[in-house]
Amino acid sequence: MKKRIAFVNARLIDPATKLDAKGGVLVENGKIADIGPRLFGDADRSDPEVIDCKGLVLAPGLIDMRVFTGEPGSEHRETLESASRAAAAGGVTTMVVMPNTDPVIDEPSLVDFITRRAAATASVRVLPMAALTRGLAGETMTEIGLLKEAGAVAFTDGDRTVANARVMRRALAYASTFGALVVGHAEDPELSAGAAMNEGEFAMRLGIPAAPSMAETIAVERDIRLVELTGARYHFGQISCRASLDAIVEAKRRGLPITCGVSAYHLALNELDVGSYYTFRKVKPPLRSEADRAAMVEGVASGAIDVIVSSHDPQAADTKRLPFAQAAFGATGLETLLPAALGIHHEGRATLMRVLETLTLTPARILDIRAGTLAKGAPADLVLFDPDEPFVVDAAALRSRARNTPFEGRKFQGRARMTFVGGECVFDRAKEKR
Amino acid sequence: MTVPSDHPILHTSHLLGIEGLSAGEITGLLDLAEHYVAFNRGADRKAAILKGRTLINLFFEASTRTQSSFELAGKRLGADVLNMSVKTSSVAKGETLIDTATTLNAMRPDILVVRHQDSGAVELLSRKLDCCVVNAGDGSHEHPTQALLDALTIRRRRGSFEGLIVAICGDVLHSRVARSNIRLLGLMGARVRLIAPRTLLPGDAERFGVEVFHDMKKGLAGADIVMMLRLQLERMAGAFVPSTREYFHFYGLDREKLAYAKPGALVMHPGPMNRGVEIDSDVADDIEVSVIQEQVEMGVAIRMAVLDALSRGLALGGRNTP
Repeated sequence: MKKRIAFVNARLIDPATKLDAKGGVLVENGKIADIGPRLFGDADRSDPEVIDCKGLVLAPGLIDMRVFTGEPGSEHRETLESASRAAAAGGVTTMVVMPNTDPVIDEPSLVDFITRRAAATASVRVLPMAALTRGLAGETMTEIGLLKEAGAVAFTDGDRTVANARVMRRALAYASTFGALVVGHAEDPELSAGAAMNEGEFAMRLGIPAAPSMAETIAVERDIRLVELTGARYHFGQISCRASLDAIVEAKRRGLPITCGVSAYHLALNELDVGSYYTFRKVKPPLRSEADRAAMVEGVASGAIDVIVSSHDPQAADTKRLPFAQAAFGATGLETLLPAALGIHHEGRATLMRVLETLTLTPARILDIRAGTLAKGAPADLVLFDPDEPFVVDAAALRSRARNTPFEGRKFQGRARMTFVGGECVFDRAKEKR
Repeated sequence: MTVPSDHPILHTSHLLGIEGLSAGEITGLLDLAEHYVAFNRGADRKAAILKGRTLINLFFEASTRTQSSFELAGKRLGADVLNMSVKTSSVAKGETLIDTATTLNAMRPDILVVRHQDSGAVELLSRKLDCCVVNAGDGSHEHPTQALLDALTIRRRRGSFEGLIVAICGDVLHSRVARSNIRLLGLMGARVRLIAPRTLLPGDAERFGVEVFHDMKKGLAGADIVMMLRLQLERMAGAFVPSTREYFHFYGLDREKLAYAKPGALVMHPGPMNRGVEIDSDVADDIEVSVIQEQVEMGVAIRMAVLDALSRGLALGGRNTP
């Protein structure tokens, strides 16, 4: 028997076709069977399960290209299951998890472990990235071909930079043999050694060891040259300053296969938000100057920045309740990804269509996966949200196992009401107890 | 000698930094410290202001003069003083900073004096405790009692701060003493200059509202006060400056360089000194120009004033009430 769900009375937004219109979606067996402005306008609503969207936005589920969890190895911080609950509540239907676990995901069997574990426990789709170098040590490349066959969607050392240019060159050249995507973290490890903040007046006043934003740009520029040399598909996981963006814009203009992302918190916060040593805002790369934050927003609006990510990095109290310099990097973000990204729409800096494009269509294209669109035949991964709904972030009410949100008390507009993965409802705010 | 009135001087229950203090609060502390300078020079150096109070010195970083200065200040005011240093505490066994502090807090001290190697660590503690917290130096952030004792030394010699040219020379980048002094002296109307090679200065040093010099002779020209900073020897050996020899040649204070300052300029140093690295013994030991020993004496008076001022808040029942 076919399982059918009809979404009616929705504001459909599909960045893939630039559709923004009233209409409906018919889901059959987990796939989008039909979509259209006039769908169900007068149809017989008795047959399938009907969800009245009441004019709210129905869009492809979000794809978050940068999620750290604690599974395997640090399950007290986050499991795939707990991360997926946060994702579902944030409208994220696909999360790409980083290999920075214990053990590091650098073996085909470990990629398989993540896939199976996710299938058994997680409520959203989980795609693993594998390590680019063994043990994230930056010395020897991993079995990129076998790992890709095992299901790794990309290769990265997560939040570590491969310091050795020769190793990086070879890894890029080898990855390009298989058409594999490499995701880099740009931060010169020596220039940023020991740093906990962005170098500038504020860090100077706080007396916090700091690294200049150029530590990022130098690494960006090196990797651009290596891509030029090798032709590998390359994505900068997240950038944070204008000079890096300028370098990437120039590289794209020259036709290099380079894309880049920015975290939602780099769009919403700047270095001053570190305030009086607020360790939940100690992130990597660090929060930058206001001029750099504005450049990131501008980059998203213009299309120079391809995707927005949560860079979700759950940390426990024991790694955050420490003096700033000693505290771990990282902030949670799955559940606040959409609200924080919508901030730039509400400020009038980017259209709603553009913001959603960076969260759906573009990541799907970069990862080369069939998702992020409302096209017929695509998986019915959907998010229903009111883009204007105001709310205040309450850390205690967030679903991640970790509490280190950088947005406690922040006022946002717009959050997920319902989330569907393959036609199954994985989150319904109306049914939540809180 | 007049007995000081007991009106409140500080509007906060902690002393975490010079930042956040007003010129009035600083003047109030200096005035009170003057009283204790005279008191300490008298025959009976025991008061009862902190009688029944408990003061804990919690030092995560080695210190000789600051810790003993606070200890003496507390004892002269009649407090029970407990010294805890990292070597004897359970921090060495892996206990976190906050666990250590909350443990000590449960012993109900009235005042906790803390030194820690990380910027912001003392403020972090102050948020978790219900006693008065005094910052005795946190990382590269602040060392407020050092700046206050420097200010007291300067005021006693020069009368006021208005228009004084103070040259702070040396490792500004890592120095909490420099940051606290820059804030205090700027607030009180002095003109602050920083003198250091670029590797020992923050990139945005001018944003402190100071003049920056890389040539010591130019920076010292016309200076009323020459404040030398300690060069941490672990920062030598090619990391920030190529050698002790080169550093002393360009940035060590000797007679020749001092001659560029205003005649009668005072030489200060927070100690401990590296003789022959940042300062020549010939200058350091010359009591005509060096007020380094006087700084130590003022240190005890200032810390007594700080403890006295904080205890006035305790009397109001604002802190540490059951």
